[in-house]
Amino acid sequence: MASKVLKTFTLKYLQVLDENGKCDARLMPKLSPRQLVELYGLMVLARRFDEKALSLQRQGRIGTYASVLGQEAAQVGAAFALRGSDWVFPTYRESALLIARNQPMARLLQYFGGDERGSIPPKGVNNFPIAIPVGTQGLHAVGAAIAATIQKKKTVAVGCLGDGASSEGDMNEAFNFAGVFKAPVIFLCQNNQWAISVPIKQQTAAETIAQKAIAFGFEGIRVDGNDVLAVYSATAAAVKKAYTGKGPTLIECYTYRLNNHTTSDDASKYRSEAEVAAWKKKDPVARMRKFLEGKKIWNMKKEEELLAKADRQVSAAAAEYEATPKADAGDIFRYQYEEMPGFLRQQMDDYKKLTEGN
Amino acid sequence: MAEMNLVQAVNSGLKCAMADDEKVVVLGEDVGLDGGVFRACEGLLKQFGPKRVMDTPLAESGIIGVSAGMAVAGLKPVPEIQFSGFLYMALGQLINHVSRIRNRSRGAFTCPVIIRTPYGGGIRALEHHSESMEAIYVHTPGLKVVIPSSPYDAKGLLISAINGNDPVVFMEPSRLYRAIREEVPDGSYTIPLGKAKVVKEGNAVTVISWGSMLQQAKLALKHTDVDVELIDLRTLKPLDVEAIISSVKKTGRCIIVQEAPRTGGLASEIIALINEQALLSLKAPVSRVAGFDTAFPLYKLEDYYLPGTERIINAIEATVNY
Repeated sequence: MASKVLKTFTLKYLQVLDENGKCDARLMPKLSPRQLVELYGLMVLARRFDEKALSLQRQGRIGTYASVLGQEAAQVGAAFALRGSDWVFPTYRESALLIARNQPMARLLQYFGGDERGSIPPKGVNNFPIAIPVGTQGLHAVGAAIAATIQKKKTVAVGCLGDGASSEGDMNEAFNFAGVFKAPVIFLCQNNQWAISVPIKQQTAAETIAQKAIAFGFEGIRVDGNDVLAVYSATAAAVKKAYTGKGPTLIECYTYRLNNHTTSDDASKYRSEAEVAAWKKKDPVARMRKFLEGKKIWNMKKEEELLAKADRQVSAAAAEYEATPKADAGDIFRYQYEEMPGFLRQQMDDYKKLTEGN
Repeated sequence: MAEMNLVQAVNSGLKCAMADDEKVVVLGEDVGLDGGVFRACEGLLKQFGPKRVMDTPLAESGIIGVSAGMAVAGLKPVPEIQFSGFLYMALGQLINHVSRIRNRSRGAFTCPVIIRTPYGGGIRALEHHSESMEAIYVHTPGLKVVIPSSPYDAKGLLISAINGNDPVVFMEPSRLYRAIREEVPDGSYTIPLGKAKVVKEGNAVTVISWGSMLQQAKLALKHTDVDVELIDLRTLKPLDVEAIISSVKKTGRCIIVQEAPRTGGLASEIIALINEQALLSLKAPVSRVAGFDTAFPLYKLEDYYLPGTERIINAIEATVNY
């Protein structure tokens, strides 16, 4: 008989850049000045895109949209550590991740503008369509990861989730399968602290989401999700681990949703202005800019050029989206099955006959 | 060629499909060493190894969701759900994802997951092991639904399902797993999905069924002189509308026998199709012999529920004497 401590756990936290853009040189990932500027540029582009999407929504030119404001570092940092052939299974709040993964911005607008063609990824880039049902996509990432091991491909699969999704049964089944199969998968959790109106404290009694990984038999880490270098560094380490058969990682990016849940929501109903203001001070984009300026690789002129370029790209994407003709009615029938069965063809033909007769 | 029962035919189909295509993998609860609780996966682990025959954690939604990811990444997963009553746990994955992936990515991704699951009553099983909820899957856009009624068909339909690139819910009548034996080729062969089979030709009345009810209808024919045309649907989605309509046009009478609850079942859809396409050929109302709109009873009372020869003969006679 015995009464003893059977297990204790420790959990790592990583921050490379503090809120003022000061970096801990010992923790600095190996990135060239060009790459550092690129990371910053992607965050700026994503933020400009986000502003444009919100504006298009207000004008009724796209539908409901989920803003990524405040979460750019978590998404861009992670994407930067991946290759096109790696898989990502994103949520509906992932514009920055997808932009950094070369998903054309016009297609992002197309999806939120109610057109499935917006989910088509660029050739050779494994961007899966975003998941609307919360927490369901982690299992797809695990499946793609197990497939990679069977096919002997050097590929990692990233399953995105938020704090809310960590409560879902499917997400926990995904963690469990990942651990059991030692799958080359990364769970990229953006703990933005609010699942619509429900704060993290009501989502889980666990102090962190990262520690949940430990119960499933693999590594979890919390990083400052507003620090693009920390997110990149943790993701790059997890990718390396996955490529070398060492199994899954759960990365909890501790961040904050600065905007409403979606364009259909008013966050002032359930959270204080003071809380939002405090998080604005931790802004991931401003922090990186200060860092680059401190390194003397950034200045006002470059900033102005970058902003002008981002605006041009975003405007061009919006113009391309708006110039894209609506698909014909056949588009809703065409992709249900590999070959259109007779009953569907009949429904399509009947509809076309009726509408083309007008 | 050897005589096989239905579960052996399924096993043989899995072995052929896995031998022909290394993308085919099997996963589920107890499918490895145990060979599946009905033994449909017997010997697969030994023949194909643990990378292609995977015992999974006990989580049905996980099994289907992981299968979806595997399929998207280029494999052909054939998950086994131990009993169809546990497939409901995975309905979110099935309806929100598996069935929609091709469409929502406009063909950029496909999701050929072939879900095998035993269904139906008559085996004195535990609660939740006996339902016939095929209508849920038939109602879901993007899925195909197959229910074989014989060993030969089971193997050929399963291989066809695996060879295709669409998700399929392949429901196996557990009551028939060991009830019938027939000659089944050892090698690979296919029976196309979407094609019904005329089991017996006739002119007086068309009887349409599938799965274990098809065998009940077959038994009923032995007890009636009525010249019945018996059709086995085999694929419930896509339905072989042409086979149904041409038979009904010929006989002018039709009965549909389903094990599922009466309301909202596939029989209702078949009646609607006949109404749309063969109304003026009808000499009598099309009728249904179906399970009741009750929860499936525990096994001592299951014969009250299950449509049997008596109810089928009664319906045949009422229809021809209308």
